[in-house]
Amino acid sequence: MKELKTVIESLLFVSDIPLSIKKMKELLDDVSESDVAAAVRELVDEYSRREGGVFLAEVAGGFQFRTADISTPWILKFRGGRPASLSQAALETLAVIAYRQPVLKSDIEQVRGVDVSAALKGLLEKNLVRVVGRKDVPGRPIMYGTTKRFLEVFNLKDLSELPTLRELKELEEEETFD
Amino acid sequence: MNGAPIGGISGVMDYRIKLDIFEGPLDLLLYLIRKNEIDIYDIPISMITEQYIAYLDAMKSLNLDLAGEYLVLAATLLHIKSRMLLPVHEEEGAEEEDPRAELVRQLLEYQAFKEAALDLNNRKLLDRDLFVRKEPVDDRDDDGDSPIREVGVFELVKAFQRVITERGGDFTMEIDTETMSLSQRVSEILDLLNEKKTLTFNELLGREFNRRSIVFTFLALLELMKMRVARAFQQAPYETIRIYLAVELEGTEDHEGAENGY
Repeated sequence: MKELKTVIESLLFVSDIPLSIKKMKELLDDVSESDVAAAVRELVDEYSRREGGVFLAEVAGGFQFRTADISTPWILKFRGGRPASLSQAALETLAVIAYRQPVLKSDIEQVRGVDVSAALKGLLEKNLVRVVGRKDVPGRPIMYGTTKRFLEVFNLKDLSELPTLRELKELEEEETFD
Repeated sequence: MNGAPIGGISGVMDYRIKLDIFEGPLDLLLYLIRKNEIDIYDIPISMITEQYIAYLDAMKSLNLDLAGEYLVLAATLLHIKSRMLLPVHEEEGAEEEDPRAELVRQLLEYQAFKEAALDLNNRKLLDRDLFVRKEPVDDRDDDGDSPIREVGVFELVKAFQRVITERGGDFTMEIDTETMSLSQRVSEILDLLNEKKTLTFNELLGREFNRRSIVFTFLALLELMKMRVARAFQQAPYETIRIYLAVELEGTEDHEGAENGY
């Protein structure tokens, strides 16, 4: 199985997007998904034990080499320009979409109490959110959801990794009082 | 409600600098609640309303663009305040809902998402806290070696002008029996793309010879491209432009809808 691990490591190295176990299994003939998964796990462990400049991260349903925290200031210097950032309006809009998807623009505006057109446009342009369909009500309004890119940018394995909304439980309890 | 002194007017001066950092009326209200260390479940409406309105006045005096939403909440606060002043009819039995309940619910919900936004921002973000070897290219479904290139807005406008001139002579006058809306046309194109996966620019315009319809179709296409739902490609300048659906639309009921020709 040593060869398998070598090939997988190379594939992960050349890929510019997170590679899923399924995708790797498709590329490699006659290998079971569990063998691929086991080899990937070994690689993840090796890189994490090594504590080097890169590690193998599980993100957006796949695996991808990512840099170590400690190197960040120097990478930013090397790359030039400012680090990526999102405005408060964009973050709040994104949070509503992430937790409430599929969600209508009007629902987001209901929560935030402001017009979200500009924030939504920015998120669409950054490919963090997308149109996921239309609601089956008069006017068939457009529903929004998050993208795979969202998981990549926010370093999430999948949506279930998002923490539960803190105040929501409190909210529900409050409602039962009424 | 207690008669807490109102730090409003003079306090406002100190916070002028902060006015533009509020994300909206709910954010401002949450800020006032936190600043006064108020229990969110028992908001002294009278005091909060006065402080809130003092902030709006300060915003106005600074000529800041006061979004309509701020005024809507001011009206809501005043309405709640007046309801609070009405005597409660105990004898009517059924406990009347606290006039503040809906506002409290809204504030808690907004606060929850505000915290969720903070949580998101505290994660290790790509291109800020960690990096990958090569940035993913946006056109992932594009297999690098094909000469097909994405069409931008300017080429589309050119194509649109060609269509208009080509069909110019044949423009028919017709009585507009159905009024078409842009969002309706957007929906139709979405259905069409969902069904056929790809369309040429000409197919999209179909046998339209009505200038109004052509313009609507074109605007709808631009809208879809802006929303990143549709993408246009062509092999070379002046070649056929093909429109693709950029994302798979979810929801099964859509397919039936498309067949019935919405």
